[in-house]
Formats: sequence, C-alpha cells, structure tokens
Amino acid sequence: MTTVWVPCDAAALSVGAEAVATALAAVEGVTVRRNGSRGLLWAEPLVEVETEHGRVGYPNVTPELVEEVLAGSAPSLGVVEEHPWFARQHRVTFVRVGRIEPTDIAAYRELGGFAGLSRALTLTPQQVVGEVTASGLRGRGGAGFPTGIKWETVRTAAADVKFVCCNADEGDSGTFADRMLIEGDPFSLIEGMAIAAYAVGASEGYVYLRSEYPHAVTTLRRAIDIAYAHGMLGESVAGSGHRFDLEVRVGAGAYICGEETSMLDSLEGKRGEVRAKPPIPALVGLFGRPTVVNNVLSLGTVPMILADGGTAYGALGTGRSRGTQVVQLAGNVARGGIVECDFGTPLRTVVEDFGGGTLSGRPLKAMQVGGPLGAYVPASHLDLPLDYEAFAEAGAMLGHGGVVLFDDTMDASAMARFAMEFCAKESCGKCTPCRIGSTRGVEVIDRIRRREDLEANVELLGSLCTTMTKGSLCAMGGLTPMPVQSALTHFPEDFGLAAEGSRT
Amino acid sequence: MSPKTDRRQASGAAPPRPPADAARADAVRTIATQYVGDRGPLLPILHSVLEHHGYIADDDIPVIAEVLNLSRADVHGVVSFYPDFRRTPPPAVRVVLCRGEACQSVGAEDLYAAARSAAARADDVEVGEVFCLGNCALGPSGVVNGQLRGRLTTADVLAPLHRRQR
Repeated sequence: MTTVWVPCDAAALSVGAEAVATALAAVEGVTVRRNGSRGLLWAEPLVEVETEHGRVGYPNVTPELVEEVLAGSAPSLGVVEEHPWFARQHRVTFVRVGRIEPTDIAAYRELGGFAGLSRALTLTPQQVVGEVTASGLRGRGGAGFPTGIKWETVRTAAADVKFVCCNADEGDSGTFADRMLIEGDPFSLIEGMAIAAYAVGASEGYVYLRSEYPHAVTTLRRAIDIAYAHGMLGESVAGSGHRFDLEVRVGAGAYICGEETSMLDSLEGKRGEVRAKPPIPALVGLFGRPTVVNNVLSLGTVPMILADGGTAYGALGTGRSRGTQVVQLAGNVARGGIVECDFGTPLRTVVEDFGGGTLSGRPLKAMQVGGPLGAYVPASHLDLPLDYEAFAEAGAMLGHGGVVLFDDTMDASAMARFAMEFCAKESCGKCTPCRIGSTRGVEVIDRIRRREDLEANVELLGSLCTTMTKGSLCAMGGLTPMPVQSALTHFPEDFGLAAEGSRT
Repeated sequence: MSPKTDRRQASGAAPPRPPADAARADAVRTIATQYVGDRGPLLPILHSVLEHHGYIADDDIPVIAEVLNLSRADVHGVVSFYPDFRRTPPPAVRVVLCRGEACQSVGAEDLYAAARSAAARADDVEVGEVFCLGNCALGPSGVVNGQLRGRLTTADVLAPLHRRQR
C-alpha cells in the first residue's frame, strides 16, 4: 500500500496535475491524496510518495513517469521538507500549505489549527487587539498599514452591526500567495476572520474573492461549510456564544475592486468605484458600518500570532517590518514559487539562491516588485533588503511581495507604456487624473518611443506623472507613475535618452 | 398598482417593453428572487444568470431591476462596469490569455498577437485578455475553454482556434 500526494492547487493543475492524479489512482495499491502546493512551482506537478523517511518528492511528473515514480527510479528531490529550497525558508503563514488536504479540518487542528482562536476566546477583545498590535503585523495587501491600529478603530466604534471583510481580490500580476493560501489552507483564513470578528465585535464577514480564481472559490466555500458543521462559524463560534457568519462573494473581473473602498461598493452590489477617504472604512465601511478590511495573508497570519503570542511574531523581521514576508517569485525565473522568509532578507538571496536567475538563462535586467503599480528595480539593486522602509527609500515598494523577473530582452519603454495602458483599461473612472491621465500617458510614451520631440515629451510625461501621483483618488492612478518613472530613471536608453546625467 | 409603478409614471419614464423570451424572463426572475433578502444581492444574481444562461441579455436587466426595486439604469451600470458580465452568448471556443507583466516577461504579447490573428480567420471563437490569473511562476498562462493552463506554447493556443478556421 503506497500513499502519494498530488497537489490540487490551480498552478499544479495548469501543468497537468489532474492527469497525473488519475494515472496514479489507476494503479492498484496506490492511495492518492490531494494537498495544496508546497510552493515549489517550478517542480509542479510535484508528486510526493510517503516513505519511512518522509515524503519524497518527484518534480515535473507526467502520466508517463508514474511507474518510475512508484518504483522510486524517477528523478527525485529527496524528502521535500529537507530540500534546500524548502528547508531554507521560514514558513509561518504558509506553515501548513502543501502538507495537508486543504479541507481536512482534523489535520488542520492536529497541526496547530484553531489554537489561536481558542486562546483568543479566553482573552477580552481588547487583549486580542493588543496581541495583534504587539506583533507589529502590517497589512500584507501592499499598503503596510498596522493591523492592530485598524482593529482598535473598529473595536471602539459604536454600531448596530460591524463587518469583517477579507480582500482576496488579488489582481496584481506576479502575486499568487493569497490564492495558494486559500487553496492550500483555507481554515487559516476562516480562523483569522473569526478572531478578527471577536476582537472588533463583528457578526458578519465576507471574503471578496476574484472570479479568476475558481478553484479557490470552490475550496473556500467547502471549507466554510465544514467550519459551520463543526461549530467554528455560526451562532456560537467554538461554543463562545459569539455569532459570526461568513460568506464568499465573487468579483467580476474588475482589477480596481482590489482597492478597499471600491471592493466595499462592489460587495454592496454597485459599480466598483473608489470612495473618497475620509471617512475611513474602519468607521464608515460596508453598508456604512464600521468594517475591518484586511488582506488574506494578514488574516491568515493572525491565528499564529494569537497562538504563540504577539511578541513571538514581533521578534522576527527587521526595523518596522516585523514577521515574515511571503515572496512570490514569478515571471522569467528559473525556479519560481513561494519563498517565505523573515523581513530583512536581501532581494539577492531570493532572486539568485531561490530563483536561480532567469528562465531564459539570459542576464537579469530588472525586477518589478510589488505588482503592476510597483517600481522596476534594476539588477544592480539586488542588495536591497526585503523591508517596507528600505524599498520606499529606494523609490520602490514591497507591496504584496511579488517579484517579477525580466531578462535583458525587456524593453523598459514598452513596459512603461503598458503600465499606462493597464491603468486606462482598469481605471474605475471616478477621478480625472487616473481616467484621462492614463490615456494621455499612453499617447505621450508612444511619441517618446517614436522619438518625436523627445526632450519636451519626456518633460510632459514627468508633469503628467506628478498630476496623477498627487491628484488621483486612490493608488491606481496614484502609483501608475511608479513603474513608468522607475523605468525611465533606470533605463533611459530604452527611451532614446543618454544613459547618465543628461536629464535634470 | 404598486407604489413603484406610480413613481415610474410620475417621472414620465416609459415602462420596459415585454421580454422577447418569456421563459427566460421567468427563469431570471426566479434566480433574482432567491437572493432578494441578502445584503448586496446584485452581483450574486448576475453571476447566477451568467452561470445558467451564459450571458446577460438586454431583457434580463428590467426583470432584475424590478425584483430588486432598482432602476434599469442602476442595473445596466453595474452590468457594464464588470468585464465578466458578457452581453452576448459565449462562442464555441474561448481563449483568454494573460497579458500581465509576469506573463509578458516570458513572451505573452507574441502569444496574444498570434492568437488574435488566428481568431480573425476562424468562426465562433473569441480571444480575450486578462491581467493576471495568479499563475505567474508558470507563464505564459491562459484559460482555454474554461481550463487554466500554464507554460502555454503557441501550438497549445492555436490548435483549438485552427480547428474552427474558415
């Protein structure tokens, strides 16, 4: 009798994991179990065979390789948890992902699940918020706002009903950690939301999940049903007498709905247009009520913070960036996937040691960090540490932790143009700098690319970027200049400008 | 006469013409009615109509508006805001390719251009764009007839389109 694990993560399925699972299941004496992905996406489909030494991994398995995998003669990574790519990480938020069947609530509990919620329910709501504040947890969605402060605002607000909303509209290119956590360990998100609800006095919660993630929708809905059946959601969460109802709402293809106020409007059944702030959602949020809006990774980390205490989590990391960063290595990368490590780890470690350089084998030219609104960081900046402040100082942002690699065939002016094109397509249209500025931006960059009146158009682009940065209602228009201007600053030759010092 | 009808006549707005497909209108009304007590029910209703009928027809809008006591303009505004709510029946072959930066770094733009030009020579196919499928370490990514695919090659994308070539 052999037990094998085949991931049911969408990334694994996208490269043929289902056919491998079917082929394995057809072999007599083989039990196929489904896990989330270990995050070694370069090895998917990664089949693990249970042995007395541990789960031995076989990378890039096809149905044709199944016999060799079962005989142990296929190329192997050895015991997956001892493989350097995995062993050198510090898995906190992703501690269970890939180890268990995602909706196996007993396995979740066995590996430390619900310990955070149990402890939280022995504390007062104020103490729970105190633990989160002590941990130094900052919003993992990109902005890095201290989670404890947000929760305290909602906790002290008076209202007939309060909400906890999870922003799972992970639309940034180069990011997939939210999806993998939901598909691989959905109970951690549910537990985190239940803790948040108890802490702030909320009775209803929504997960706003993008429609591009159908596998995550299915897994999370199943997990929520199971959590209800086990009394972890509903009229008395874990027997505490505190009511918390949770529901998944599916987005409809609009990138802007990842902006928190636009997400709230979308949840209300409206066009996903950005709201002016103030008032902040913590006071006037969903249906005008005080609302916690947190990212998947923030909420998914809360159970560990409550289980081990806020100070234990706060001991990890550097400066004002506490805990771990879930880096998503993507794009033109030899070994892409999830790399969770303490804040402060140099970018070089992630890109070179884990990523192994570019997939094409050509020299690395740049990395876009933090999604489509993040800066292009040149290869010469590889020694930047993963730290919110260090990135901000370098004119970049860590954002959600997506790192997209580009080789030397990248044309920085084409990427700058694309940033404006993307903004023009996805702008909600509410404010003028974003709606009109992005289209004008495409036109100006086109003129620059055709070398028309170069100096004047570069100056015009700078002025347009200033208007968008200062005049936009939200980060969409406000940050689109970041990839544009970083491309121009670091790769002026791609815009037909002299490399050094010719521009002021 | 309901208060709602009074208001419509008072404002001078023309009542909606009767739906061309009465059976569909009934089905859409049944869907909408199921969600009527929920908070913010419009998006779940539209998703359900999409799932059962493949697209949002013009005639669905007044039906949903009436059930939710919204104006037709409100419902139309929401339908037209979100790319998912397609207004025409889906084609036989649908390929959606990711044009996000991560996929561009491994050649997504060439793939997209090749697919668009093949689609122009084929019947009942559609090539669309999306700006991230969350499969950024295994690009270029796309959705081919509802299936998420990674490490797409030109051949992978063109095969289903060529089968419907004119």
